[in-house]
Amino acid sequence: MSDLDAAAPWSPQQSVADLLRQRREQIAQRWADLPLFRSVFTVTRDEAVEAAQSVADALVVVAASGRVDDIEASGFDSVRTQIGRMSAARSRAGLSVGRVAGEVAALKDAVVELLTAELAGAPVEHQHAAVLYAAELLSTLRLVAMQTMFNEGQELINRQRQQLMEVATPVIKLWHGVVAVPLIGTLDSARSQVVMENLLDAIVAQQARVAILDVTGVATVDTLVAQHLLKTVASARLMGAECIITGIRPAIAQTIVQLGIDLSDVATRSTLADALGYALDQGGLQVRRTDGRTVSAGESR
Amino acid sequence: MTTGPTAAALRLQIRSDTDLSLVRQQVRAKAQEAGFGLVQQTKVVTAASELARNTLVHGGGGEMELAEVAQGGTRGLRLSFIDSGPGMADVDQALTDGYTSGNGLGLGLGGARRLVQDFQIDTRPGAGTTVTITAWAQSLGSAVHR
Repeated sequence: MSDLDAAAPWSPQQSVADLLRQRREQIAQRWADLPLFRSVFTVTRDEAVEAAQSVADALVVVAASGRVDDIEASGFDSVRTQIGRMSAARSRAGLSVGRVAGEVAALKDAVVELLTAELAGAPVEHQHAAVLYAAELLSTLRLVAMQTMFNEGQELINRQRQQLMEVATPVIKLWHGVVAVPLIGTLDSARSQVVMENLLDAIVAQQARVAILDVTGVATVDTLVAQHLLKTVASARLMGAECIITGIRPAIAQTIVQLGIDLSDVATRSTLADALGYALDQGGLQVRRTDGRTVSAGESR
Repeated sequence: MTTGPTAAALRLQIRSDTDLSLVRQQVRAKAQEAGFGLVQQTKVVTAASELARNTLVHGGGGEMELAEVAQGGTRGLRLSFIDSGPGMADVDQALTDGYTSGNGLGLGLGGARRLVQDFQIDTRPGAGTTVTITAWAQSLGSAVHR
């Protein structure tokens, strides 16, 4: 049969859309009693019903559009945020993603029951086609919920990455005019930018003459990391501070040399302590034991 | 001669800075497993970092294939960095220290070659680039010094 038949042939698409539209109130009432709605909209039941209605409305649009297997279907847009907020609330309540997905899938029961009752007298193949269509529609709604949760998780990770970047690069004042940055982990472009900004700010704020970059915690020094270090050293120098790199481990030292990176213009010391000793020395300070004996070698230079 | 891969090759996507961290972590873990000393580990991880970044920055993204290999009693890693980017017209120029088509130090490719025992580039303009390196747990007597 052709789609252009004047008598508008029966289609699962139309049948499901009609049911959702006509039984909107009934469906919403039943959904409002499910944990997914009930436990999120706790103030009044009307609120839950209203939320359930808007989900039903969105499903009507998707069902009528025929794109029931498409999670990007525009009909879902109006409930994406809401279903995401509900799923997130359930997830915060301690439910696993699987359990939340199960709760979203449970919305299917009310629709399928009403649909079966509605089509009781219809040809059996119509019943099957309509139920399948409705099931697919609600499975896709479940995917929409999961995708929204996943995206929120991703956003959280991005936010935390941002936070990590800020907290992981403290500038420490070791002495008047001496600051140090212990670098830890991966020094990618974004992080080294943060390090540089923090360090330059600290040089101004502390009136630092010496800035120490300690790379003990950096696992890999490749050419990009080296370039970032060189840029940081050069900028610190422009701010009037001498920059010392410390904590280059033997394996990294060999690697840097084989890479062909020239650090000969940069002051380096093997440990942070050596660099501090050097900085004190430059400032005309000396570390002295209180019992008057001389301090053993290694405190400076 | 080098025998074939002793285990199924691992493939990693190289599409973002995060993938570069993953490449470094995986290469380090595999190198440790294969009994690489700390210095050899650091060298192969650094070489992998350089080449993976080239794949990302110059090749527009691609993938790394990692396989464990064995020669005699020595274990090693063979890493291939594959992209379908613009390729290179002049490999010798690209390997020259200080030459860069971007704004890096121009040491990555040549430096990576010095860090490993075997280094091969397969590239043509417009046909993408595949760089394959092999590093051994111990420096072999036959290792080429450049």
